[in-house]
Amino acid sequence: MPVVDHGVADLAPIAVAAPILGAALLMLLGRRVPRLALDVAALVVAAAEVALVADVFATSTSGRVVTWVAGWTPHKGYSVGIVLVNDPVGAGAALCAASLVFLALLYSAGYIDSVHGHFHCLMLLFLAGMVGMAMTGDLFDMFCFFELMGAAAYGLTGMKVEEESSLQGALNFGIVNSLGAYISLVGIGILFAHTGSLSLPILGRDLAHQRPDALIVAAFVLVLTGFLVRAAMVPFHFWLADAHAVAPAPVCALFSGVMAPLGAYAAFRIYWTVFAPVVPVGDVRRAFLVLGATTAVVGAIMTLGQRHVKRLLAYSTVAQLGLLLLALACLTSQGTAGALLDAAGHAGVKGALFLIAGVLLDLYGTMDEAELFGRAARHRVLGWLFVAGGLALAALPPFGTGLGEAVSAEAAVSLGYTWVPAVFVAVSAATGGAVLRVGARAFFGLGRRPVEEDGAPSSDEEPDVHLRRVPVSMTVPVVALLLAALATGVLPGARSAAERAGAYFVDHAGYVSQALTGAQAHMAVHARANWAALGVGLDVLSALLAVGIAAAACYGPRLPALLALQRRPMRILRAVHSGRVGDYVAWLMVGVAVLAGLVGLPLR
Amino acid sequence: MSIYAYVVAGWLLVMGSLGIVRSRNLVHAVVCLGIAQSATYVLLLGVGYQRGAKPPVYGSAPAHPSLHVMDPVVQAMTLTDIVVSATVTALLLALAIQIRKRRGTIDPDELTAIEG
Amino acid sequence: MSRPLRLVVFAAGAGGTAALFLLAVLDMPPFGSRFHPYRNHSVPAALAHATANVVSSVNFDQRGMDTLAEESILFASVVVVATLLRKTDDEEWRKERRGRVLDSTLLMGWILLPYTLLLGFDVVAHGHLTPGGGFQGGVVLGTGIHLLYVAGRYDMLRRVRPIRPFEWGEAIGTGAFACLGVAGVLATGAFLANVVPHGTFGTLLSAGTVPILNGAVGVEVASGVVVLVSAFLDQAIGLETAPAGGGKGGRAGNGRDAEGGGNR
Repeated sequence: MPVVDHGVADLAPIAVAAPILGAALLMLLGRRVPRLALDVAALVVAAAEVALVADVFATSTSGRVVTWVAGWTPHKGYSVGIVLVNDPVGAGAALCAASLVFLALLYSAGYIDSVHGHFHCLMLLFLAGMVGMAMTGDLFDMFCFFELMGAAAYGLTGMKVEEESSLQGALNFGIVNSLGAYISLVGIGILFAHTGSLSLPILGRDLAHQRPDALIVAAFVLVLTGFLVRAAMVPFHFWLADAHAVAPAPVCALFSGVMAPLGAYAAFRIYWTVFAPVVPVGDVRRAFLVLGATTAVVGAIMTLGQRHVKRLLAYSTVAQLGLLLLALACLTSQGTAGALLDAAGHAGVKGALFLIAGVLLDLYGTMDEAELFGRAARHRVLGWLFVAGGLALAALPPFGTGLGEAVSAEAAVSLGYTWVPAVFVAVSAATGGAVLRVGARAFFGLGRRPVEEDGAPSSDEEPDVHLRRVPVSMTVPVVALLLAALATGVLPGARSAAERAGAYFVDHAGYVSQALTGAQAHMAVHARANWAALGVGLDVLSALLAVGIAAAACYGPRLPALLALQRRPMRILRAVHSGRVGDYVAWLMVGVAVLAGLVGLPLR
Repeated sequence: MSIYAYVVAGWLLVMGSLGIVRSRNLVHAVVCLGIAQSATYVLLLGVGYQRGAKPPVYGSAPAHPSLHVMDPVVQAMTLTDIVVSATVTALLLALAIQIRKRRGTIDPDELTAIEG
Repeated sequence: MSRPLRLVVFAAGAGGTAALFLLAVLDMPPFGSRFHPYRNHSVPAALAHATANVVSSVNFDQRGMDTLAEESILFASVVVVATLLRKTDDEEWRKERRGRVLDSTLLMGWILLPYTLLLGFDVVAHGHLTPGGGFQGGVVLGTGIHLLYVAGRYDMLRRVRPIRPFEWGEAIGTGAFACLGVAGVLATGAFLANVVPHGTFGTLLSAGTVPILNGAVGVEVASGVVVLVSAFLDQAIGLETAPAGGGKGGRAGNGRDAEGGGNR
C-alpha cells in the first residue's frame, strides 16, 4: 500500500470543497451585508481557489497528483473509494475555470443583479462542479459533478426571470443536458454490471484485454453521450446557442470558455483511461473526425448567418468545439497538445468577446448587429479589443488559438488526414470573419447599414444593467483575457506545458499504474507543439480570409443570385435550429444512434 | 426472464424521451424527463440484485459476515440519483412556472422567443 | 420541424439507441447473478468501520465525495428555485382568504405533525444502523412541517416557517459537510476521512463520522425541502400579479410589448 502523501495531494479535494464552503458562506451573508462586501467575499474565495488550483497544477506538471479521498488507498489493486487524479490537463482545466470565474465575478462586481448573493453563490457552486469534474478519476463522481455544474448553470442562464427567452433557453438547456446525463448514467450502470467498478483506473485495467463486444461499444457510446451533449457535438448542440444567447455576459464567458470544453475533456478522459485499450483506435478516430468536422462546419455556417451578437458568438463556440473535437480525434499526444492550446486560447478570446458583447448590451440595450451599426463609435478601445478578438478567433499568430490550430493541423496531416487543415482554415476564417464584421459595423460604422433581410430576426433582450460609461472593472477582465490568449501562444512555458500535458493525457498505462500503485513512471515527451511553417501559413491564410469575409460583408456588392442559391439550404438549416425542446430530444436520440453506428458497425 | 428488468429500464428511457418529443405541456415534459431518469433507478437496482440475498444492513456484529447481500453500491448510487432527479425537476418546474407567467403558455411548441 | 417529421426523426434515433441498449443487455451478467465485485469489497470496508448499514457507509464513508457533490446540487437547486420564484416587482402578497377545513383534517394534521417530526429525527439519527439516513429523514422532516398547510393553515405555516432560517440551514448543512471533509485533512491528511473513533458496532455511537455527516445532510435536506415547497406554495397561493400589471390573460397577449417598452 503506498504511503499517503501529505502535501499537495491533500490540496486537490480541498480545492473542490473550497468553493462550496464559499457558497455556503455567501448564502449566510447574502441578506446581511452590503453588495460591495458580497463582491469582495466572492472575489476572495475565487482568488483563493485560483491559488489552490495553481499549486496543484504546478505540482502536476512534474507528475500526476493522485489522491484517494478519505484515505481509501487501493489494497491488492482494488479500492472502494474515489480517486482524484490531477495531471496537467485536469488541473489545468480547473485552473482555467477558477481564473475565468474570478474575472467573471470581477466583471459582474456591482452591476449584475445579485438577488441577495444568490448569483455569487451559484457562480461558486458552478466553479466547484467544474473543478470536481476536471479532477476526479471516478465515473460516477464525474456524473455527480457534471450535474452540479448543470444545476448551477441552468439557474445562471434563467436568472433574468422577467425575460421569456432567458427562461426558455434555460429550460431547453436543462432538459437536453439532463437527458444526456441520464443516458450517461445508463451507460455507467451497464459498465458497472460488467466490471463491478466505477473507478477510471480500475475500469481501464479490467477492460484492457477484453474483446470489444456490443456491451463495450454500448457502454462507450452511452457514457460519452452526456458529456458530448455538454460539448455541443452536432447533433447534440442545439441547446448551446439558446443558453448562451440569453445568459448574462460573464456567465456566457464561462459557458463558452470552460463549461462546454470540459464536456469534450470528460469524454476523451474517459476514452483514454477506460476504453483506449479495448475499442479500436481507427473506429474512434474516424467517428470523431466525422462528427467534429460536421460540428465545425455547421457551427461556422450558423455563425455567418447570425446578427444577434451573443447568438453569433455562441455558434462560433459550436464551430470552435468542432475544431477541438477534430484535434482530440487525432488520438495522439500532439493532437491533444494542440487541442489544449486551442482550448486555452479560445477560453480567453471568447471570454473577452462575450464580455465586450455584454458591455454593448448594457450600453445600448440591444444585441442586434443592425441596430448597433455605428453606435459604439466612441468606444474605440473596446472596438480594437473586439477586432483583436476576432482576429484571434481567426487563428492569427501569435494568439494561443493560432498555435493550437497550427499544432492540431500538423497532427492531422502527420496521420494522413490532409483535409483536416482545410476545415480548420475555412471554419476559423468564417467565425473570425463574422466577428470582425460585427466589430467593423458596431464600433467603426464601416460599410453599408445592414438591412432587415440580412439575418435572422433577433429577439429583444433586456440588458444585465444599464450603463452610461464603461467601468474599469469591466474592461480589466477583457484585457486580461486577451492577454492570456496571447500568452498561451507566445510563452515557451505554455508550449512545453501543453506538450507534457498531451503526453500525460494519452498515457493510459501510466495513469492506471500510478493511480493504483502510486508508482510514478518516467514520462517521455515526443509531441512537438511549436510554431512551424505549415501551421503559421495556415493561420495567416485563415486570418486573411476572415478579413476578406468581413470586408465582403460590409462593402461587397449584393449577390442576389448567389443569395437565392444559398437561401434554401440556409432556411432548412435554420429551421432545424427551432428552439423547440421536442426537436432537440429527437436529434439527441439520432446522435446516439449515429455515434453507435460509427463506432460499432465497423466491428461487426 | 433474465433480462426483463433491464428491458424495462430501456423501455422507460425511450418512453420518457418520446414523452418529451410529443409534449404539449412543459410540466408534462419535465415529468417525462423524470420517467426517463427512472430508467436509471430500475437499471441500477436491477444490476445490484442477487437472487436470495439479504438487504445490506447488518443487525449485530457478525463474526463471519455473509457477503450475500444486495449490492449496496448501486443502492447508494440510486439514492444520489434520486436526489439529483428531485432537485433538477424542481428547478425545471420553477422555470416552467415563470414561463407560464411571462408568456401565458406552457406549450413548448408555442414558445418562439428563440429561433434560428 | 413539423410534429410528424419530428416523430420520424425520433423513431429513427430511438430505434438505433434501443437496439444498442438491447445488444448490450444481452452481454450483461443475468439479472440476479452473484457477480458483485464492488459489494465484496464494500461490505468488509463498512464492517471494519463499525457501520451496520452498508449503504450509509458507501454514501458517507467510502464514496463521500459523491455525496458532497450531491449536497451541492441540492444547495444549487434550492438557490436557483428561490431565485427563479422570487417575488418580482409586478407581484404582491395575496390577502388571506380563509377557507373551511374539516375538523377531522385539522385533528389529523395536529396529531400527525409531532409524530412525523419525531419519525424524521429517528430516521436521521439511526441512518448508520438501519435503512434510512440524512436524505430520507430530511425529506420526512421537511414535508412534515407542511402538514400545517394540509391542516389548512397557510397563514399559520407562513408564521411558524419563516424562510430565512431554512435558507441558512441549507447553507449550514452543506458547509458542515465540506468542513468535516477539511477536518479529515487536518486530522489524518485525507479529505473526508473517518476520523472519529468508530465506536461499538450496532450502537448509536458507532460508524465514526457517518452519523455526523448524516446529521449535516439531514439539516440540509430538511431545510432544502422546506425552501423548495414554500417557493412553490407561494407561487400557487401566496402571490398574485399586481392589478396594475394586468391579469394573466392580458399578459399573455401583450407580454412582449411590455418587456420591450419597459427598458427603453
